[in-house]
Amino acid sequence: MIAIIDYGAGNLNSIQKALEFVGEETVILEKAEQKDLDKYSGLVLPGVGAFPGAMKRLKQGNFVNFIEKFVATGKPFLGVCLGMQLLFEWGFEDQKTAGLGLLKGNIVRMETEYKIPHMGWNQLQIIKNDPLFNGLPENSHFYFVHSYLLGELTDDVLATVGYGTTVPAVVRKDNVIGFQFHPEKSGDNGIKLLENFRELL
Amino acid sequence: MLKKRIIPCLDIKDGRVVKGVNFVGLRDAGDPVESAKEYNDLGADELVFLDITATTEKRKTLAQLVEKVAAQVFIPLTVGGGIRTVKDMQFILRAGADKVSVNSAAVKNPKLVHQGALKFGSQCIVGAVDAAKRESGAGWEIFIHGGSKETGIDLIEWVKELEELGAGEILLTSINSDGTKDGFDLEMLKAVTAAVNIPVIASGGAGSIQHFVDVFKETGADAALAASIFHFGEIAIRDVKTELEKAEIPVRIEDKKG
Repeated sequence: MIAIIDYGAGNLNSIQKALEFVGEETVILEKAEQKDLDKYSGLVLPGVGAFPGAMKRLKQGNFVNFIEKFVATGKPFLGVCLGMQLLFEWGFEDQKTAGLGLLKGNIVRMETEYKIPHMGWNQLQIIKNDPLFNGLPENSHFYFVHSYLLGELTDDVLATVGYGTTVPAVVRKDNVIGFQFHPEKSGDNGIKLLENFRELL
Repeated sequence: MLKKRIIPCLDIKDGRVVKGVNFVGLRDAGDPVESAKEYNDLGADELVFLDITATTEKRKTLAQLVEKVAAQVFIPLTVGGGIRTVKDMQFILRAGADKVSVNSAAVKNPKLVHQGALKFGSQCIVGAVDAAKRESGAGWEIFIHGGSKETGIDLIEWVKELEELGAGEILLTSINSDGTKDGFDLEMLKAVTAAVNIPVIASGGAGSIQHFVDVFKETGADAALAASIFHFGEIAIRDVKTELEKAEIPVRIEDKKG
């Protein structure tokens, strides 16, 4: 069973439906209960909203410690969109805010000649192969909506897209995984990626 | 490179697709779930559902429908028609829509756009605008109530205001072009895409593949929407995208593996 963290920031319906569509049972967590940690084979941090508010609510729900403990078990933890951004050290949206610090790097405002937010379908360039990409066609499209990004190409970046700048799109360090796009809105490719995520459970 | 989007629009009445959808192999052409799945398979980049019943008592039917579609089709879904309050927005977004579009209600109560953007984020709020050329020929004016009521409000002023209020996108329908199949209103689209920095969806007038090429070549539109030509199978989305690609306009065409 995959637990989806609800920190009041957005629509969990889509990611929940997509995980159920690939055959996984899901539960929405409104509060962190340490005793339930063993029940879940995977943990998902979705995200719509802004970095500072999201971190504040994660703290209020006692999720920060819960996430650290979960990651220490070695079970897969996936952050989606803002959820991916929260995996890093610092966020610079509105104000400087400490993130979860599970991955190295900072989240900064996108600098590009194109419209912001980066909204729509863009094509994934895989830098490092990973079982997550099994069965995906070359240059697959995924659906993005964001204005901030990981500001550097760290060793954990597995794939990027181009938007007048290089946008880190998939990151992974061991069992900590992040997607900057919305797999739950990326049609068949997104479903394939979630199936591959499920294989890691 | 971001891709130009092709968006079919489905009119929904009492939970059913109206105006007929005519795909080969559909078990039930009026079933929105079936139609949405079919459009996903055909390469639609997003879907727009426009509820033309739009009465409060029918709102529940619409939410149930959105819920069913969202459980089976995983591309962005915009729902519009009769959304008047933040509560209406929340109801539809909770059911699984990714964006809501507001038209007449935003004109009557511009704060609605601002409140929606604050609560759900700008990316959730689509400002839908119906406009027609002024009789004097000087610019365009917006209309409400399905294009039946003139407002005297200037189009360019209004789209700028929508952007300022927090709309994340503009869905622009030209009343002059709508239903003509003579092509999108390029002049209007040029003016609007030059005035705002948010994505603009072109709507009204699509009648041939060339019209899609023209709208992306000639204007700054980010997406193009059409209804009947896709429903009746007059034009296939794939063929539109193939032609756009030939014209060097970036579109999403998946390389099918194997």
